[in-house]
Amino acid sequence: MPEINILEAIRQAIDEMMALDERVFVLGEDVGVRGGVFRVTEGLLDKYPGRVIDAPLAESGIVGACVGAAMNDTLPIAEIQFADFIAPAFNQIVQEAARIHYRSNGDWTMPLVIRAPYGGGIHGALYHSQSIEAFFAHVPGLKVVAPATPYDAKGLLKSAIENPNPVLFLEHKKTYRLIKGVVPDDDYRVPIGEADVKRPGEDLSVFAYGLMLHYCMEAARLLATEGVSVEVVDLRTLRPLDTGAILASVRRTSKALVVHEDNLTGGFGGEIAALIGEHAFEHLDAPVMRLGGPDVPAMPFAKPLEDAFMPSPAKIAAAMRRLAAY
Amino acid sequence: MAVSMKNTSQGVGSAANTDIAPAVMRDMFRSMLLARALDERMWLLNRAGKAPFVISCQGHEAAQVGAAFALDHTKDFTLPYYRGLGTVLVMGMTPAEVMLALFARAADPSSGGRQMPAHYSSRRLRIVTQSSPVGTQIPHAAGIALAEQIRGGDAVAWTSFGEGTTSQGDFHEGINFAAVHQLPVIFQCENNEYAISVPQKMQMAVKSVAERGAAYGIPGVSVDGTDVLAMYEATRRAVERARAGDGPTLIEARVVRLTAHSSDDNDRAYRSQQELRAMRQHDPIARFATYLHEHDLISEDEERDMRQVIAAEVDSATDLAERAPLPEPETLYDHVYAP
Repeated sequence: MPEINILEAIRQAIDEMMALDERVFVLGEDVGVRGGVFRVTEGLLDKYPGRVIDAPLAESGIVGACVGAAMNDTLPIAEIQFADFIAPAFNQIVQEAARIHYRSNGDWTMPLVIRAPYGGGIHGALYHSQSIEAFFAHVPGLKVVAPATPYDAKGLLKSAIENPNPVLFLEHKKTYRLIKGVVPDDDYRVPIGEADVKRPGEDLSVFAYGLMLHYCMEAARLLATEGVSVEVVDLRTLRPLDTGAILASVRRTSKALVVHEDNLTGGFGGEIAALIGEHAFEHLDAPVMRLGGPDVPAMPFAKPLEDAFMPSPAKIAAAMRRLAAY
Repeated sequence: MAVSMKNTSQGVGSAANTDIAPAVMRDMFRSMLLARALDERMWLLNRAGKAPFVISCQGHEAAQVGAAFALDHTKDFTLPYYRGLGTVLVMGMTPAEVMLALFARAADPSSGGRQMPAHYSSRRLRIVTQSSPVGTQIPHAAGIALAEQIRGGDAVAWTSFGEGTTSQGDFHEGINFAAVHQLPVIFQCENNEYAISVPQKMQMAVKSVAERGAAYGIPGVSVDGTDVLAMYEATRRAVERARAGDGPTLIEARVVRLTAHSSDDNDRAYRSQQELRAMRQHDPIARFATYLHEHDLISEDEERDMRQVIAAEVDSATDLAERAPLPEPETLYDHVYAP
């Protein structure tokens, strides 16, 4: 089985689903001839003419058109070029896509995937680096997925395309070419809503997703050399959240750290901390810790500022040591 | 719109190729009467304290009925806005179904009592669920048409909205998308000159919404929206264009808003008595009635019988809906996600 990167895994998922079902199509900016600014859809226009469509530069229109198409027996994949540009589509995602099934009392369904490259550490500055999950993970009716490995990315995207609900599919752009992994040739799925223990451990549990999952793995390997056994749980899906897996891990290790790149206040880590506080309080040997981006409006361009913003394996390792020593 | 102080039939049908069969004209008239009668009943129920909210189609009936008669009810999609009572009745929604929504009953087909009244929906009838932030349905219509193009079907998507909505970004994004891809969509702007209290001149610097068509490279036609035959004819042409693959059309239906914005509004606060009186002279139903009588297309007896049948229909719809059960509290959690 070959090793591929996340970008290739996502392209394979789209390609195979387009081959499998003629109702699948892609709509976004530069997705056609150019194959997307990250090359995710490269080559797909030639294979599927008329089903990889360059949209006018208007995110609300892209998502809105896909919402309509999803109600007329197609399976649209909307590409938002950078997650930072999703704000104009907020209303179409939150008040339309996420509510259409509910507000029609189950009459209409919304089999829609919205792919959005997010995250920083790539010199993208304020408007090409953002993490947007907290805004959308708040929304019932929407599913929010954030894979960290090629295997998960491919299997989760296939599940998302087949799912009758709107799925926001978050792709950490720094992982696109950085993270490689073995992906089997068979037509497998990874179910939405299931976390995955990427590294079992005894002393503390760390919860992360996307790029931070890999930084946590690196920090956990370092801590192992210091005699601390860290369990790393890849959330993979933020909504619906795999609460069972989170609580099971904390009940085993009695300590919890949540790591995300998004800024801390009102971030997704708060939800996990609250969940653990409410349902595993008696198992805790330490307060639940959170490590997130700083509460500044967004990630600056200059390298020292970007580095200061980004959580790193070193910063995560330091947090793990503090928690282990508590 | 012709400036006239009387509900004459002057001009009715003059923009139309009036080879429409008399029976079809009577059906149109019947649909307009039904929409009006239901709407008036809803206001009575509101003032009697039985219905918390009403938003009207009064004054828009000809625009909605004329357009909907030009659609194929077996395959076309409609995405009406909250004034679209006339639209949904022609597309097949029943008065009882409309009343079930007014009373927020469990059996309301639009939303099971979840949405405010007038947020019409029926998957079976291809009436697409709508929200309250205006204009979001415009890109949806483009997307439905895009899906139709991808799947090789020949249904058209028809959507309606008020002139205030033309200020929204989704109006621009939806029409532009449909124009770029030459999609089979009909955009019907029902211009009643007011967005709640804000007059047209505060929404746009152009005199007519139809002028905007040129900006998208599509036909923009301004039609007397109180003339049901003119609306039918304009929509028929747009449907023909759409089905032939020639792309979308923007139709501006110039109508009157005969009521306040909603049951929670008082339009006397921003419209003069003189204006309100003048507007009454453009009642589309009175105009069409006069036309039908002048052309011997309906007799006094036939009209009276028609109105009686409709009144009975509205009575029984009201009774049925009022007696129907409300949703059970535990259903609050149903349909958050599709299985």
